[in-house]
Amino acid sequence: MEANYLDFEQPIAELEAKIRELRNVDSDNSLNLAEEIRRLEEKCREKTESIFSGLSAWQVSQLARHPLRPYTLDYIPMIFDRFIELHGDRLYSDDPAIVGGLAKLDGRSVMIIGHQKGRDTREKVHRNFGMPRPEGYRKALRLMEMAARFSLPIVTFIDTPGAYPGVGAEERGQSEAIARNLRVMARLPVPIICNVIGEGGSGGALAIGVGDRTNMLQYGIYSVISPEGCASILWKDANRAETAADALGLTAERLKSLELVDKVIREPLGGAHRSPQEVAVRLSETIKAQLERLEAMDTEERLAARYRRLMNYGAFERS
Amino acid sequence: MSWFQKLMPGRIRTDSRSKSRRVPDGLWTKCSACDAVLYRPEVERNLLVCPKCNHHMSLSGRARLKAFFDEGDLEELGTELQPVDVLKFRDSKKYRDRLVASQKETGENDAMVAMHGKLMGLDLVACAFDFRFMGGSMGSVVGERFVVAANRCLERELPLVCFSASGGARMQEGLFSLMQMAKTSAVLARMAESGLPYVSVLTHPTTGGVSASLGMLGDVNIAEPNALVGFAGPRVIEQTVRETLPEGFQRSEFLLRKGAIDMIVDRRELRQRIHAILSILTGAAESKPREGELLEAEAESDASSVNGLTIEGEVGDGDGDGSDASPSR
Repeated sequence: MEANYLDFEQPIAELEAKIRELRNVDSDNSLNLAEEIRRLEEKCREKTESIFSGLSAWQVSQLARHPLRPYTLDYIPMIFDRFIELHGDRLYSDDPAIVGGLAKLDGRSVMIIGHQKGRDTREKVHRNFGMPRPEGYRKALRLMEMAARFSLPIVTFIDTPGAYPGVGAEERGQSEAIARNLRVMARLPVPIICNVIGEGGSGGALAIGVGDRTNMLQYGIYSVISPEGCASILWKDANRAETAADALGLTAERLKSLELVDKVIREPLGGAHRSPQEVAVRLSETIKAQLERLEAMDTEERLAARYRRLMNYGAFERS
Repeated sequence: MSWFQKLMPGRIRTDSRSKSRRVPDGLWTKCSACDAVLYRPEVERNLLVCPKCNHHMSLSGRARLKAFFDEGDLEELGTELQPVDVLKFRDSKKYRDRLVASQKETGENDAMVAMHGKLMGLDLVACAFDFRFMGGSMGSVVGERFVVAANRCLERELPLVCFSASGGARMQEGLFSLMQMAKTSAVLARMAESGLPYVSVLTHPTTGGVSASLGMLGDVNIAEPNALVGFAGPRVIEQTVRETLPEGFQRSEFLLRKGAIDMIVDRRELRQRIHAILSILTGAAESKPREGELLEAEAESDASSVNGLTIEGEVGDGDGDGSDASPSR
């Protein structure tokens, strides 16, 4: 088993390993080898296509948490120029699970805020696996309010398993920190564009996810609870996560059809980690186009549209 | 049984016989905290607060509002809203069936009741969660009903009070339920912009998406005694940090100490306290209490604050380093 491949990617991993092996072989018979490699590559592409054409919600959830998946700080230099990271909530601490700062997007000044996961063990711990504490949300709030003062549009990147369920987080008011962001973002006078690039884990995701547009990468997920959490509560068995993932309707396509997400951004074959640059280009184009439309509206009009959008969330009947 | 055990009142005895003795249905009830056998009509008059140990038992949303408002005309809001199973969600049971079962058990169509009425003469809107209805979980109907309640306040410039008791967002409605956090917080932003007061009363238990939205957004946050209020439930936290949580963690007294709430108020005093708060915030005139209610005229005496002055002037105990210049004799 290759550590950087998911269970269902194993057939692809095997083919790719074979291709690598052949490439490393020193042989006089290079013509035949080249042909063999081409044949295997073709097979590999077909295999990938067939696997990725019928992914279950659970498989998509795994892709959203893929060990090689690009994170916020991977995308920022590919999309923005001159990123200047800002730190701290000015109240208690700096939370490395949320990053933020100033940058330029095509000459336009913006504020960026995003969850950040770690790549290796040490960084994973440092970033607390992308699970923010209240100081993370309060840093985000500070940056958002600064953005409003300087009329900078806000771009957020969502990628968290959820807000951290710890003793200190509760002591310092995790609920209040999230709630306040929701209330402020609803009325913040600058455009806000939210992008789910990996895991959109519940309130911890939403706390930087209220705005004028919500985009989602094709293999991102966005859910009220993790499939595992849902399974252990409703099925009393965390191993039923696969069933729960399906029931929760957490994939980009499904959420688009339910009108909870505005745009699904297509990922390259095999997922974003196969070609982060390609994803960055699509994200950048989408954000720029949306910003143009949002900036053409006057503030009142934009806030009214955002408010209508929030009020429209819900599925019920009237008797 | 020894002579001592025989002398003890029944509610203290813990031998197996008294445990197995069934409390007859209807007239008698048992306190869920101290096990005292209580006369039900008396407990109900006491708003389901145990007269023996002061434990605040769970109160339904409708009973809560009935006890909160003045007697007289009450207009219920958002009654036309009905829950739907938009995801065709099914775990061990279908969501549809869970809804029907909860509706049957509670007589409510979802987990929140909202009403417009008067509190000691003050015109206001209040809503209350019903924890019996799927754990008071917030789905689309709860969110919309809260918005309907707040919109009434915005239209007529009224204060809003919400009694929460909820496990959080309703999983069976998927992302729709998560978005109710954004929706209810957005309408509260409008309330705040319009200068209309919102009082959030946190009752046992309030966690997850409800605590992390409308629960914590009160201009004034009040908790009932010993209510469990937090973002993550204690079980989840214990599993994450792998240690036992300290006694009283996430309870009202803890929240007060940590600065999350303004005050802890006994259920029987909520009417007077909320009225007192709102009449200051809205500049309304004082009004008559309900019959039998005592207005303890802001009972906490001012004596303690007067004392504050005397303490500062006192010289602390000597440091013992002998640096004090002793006055000449």
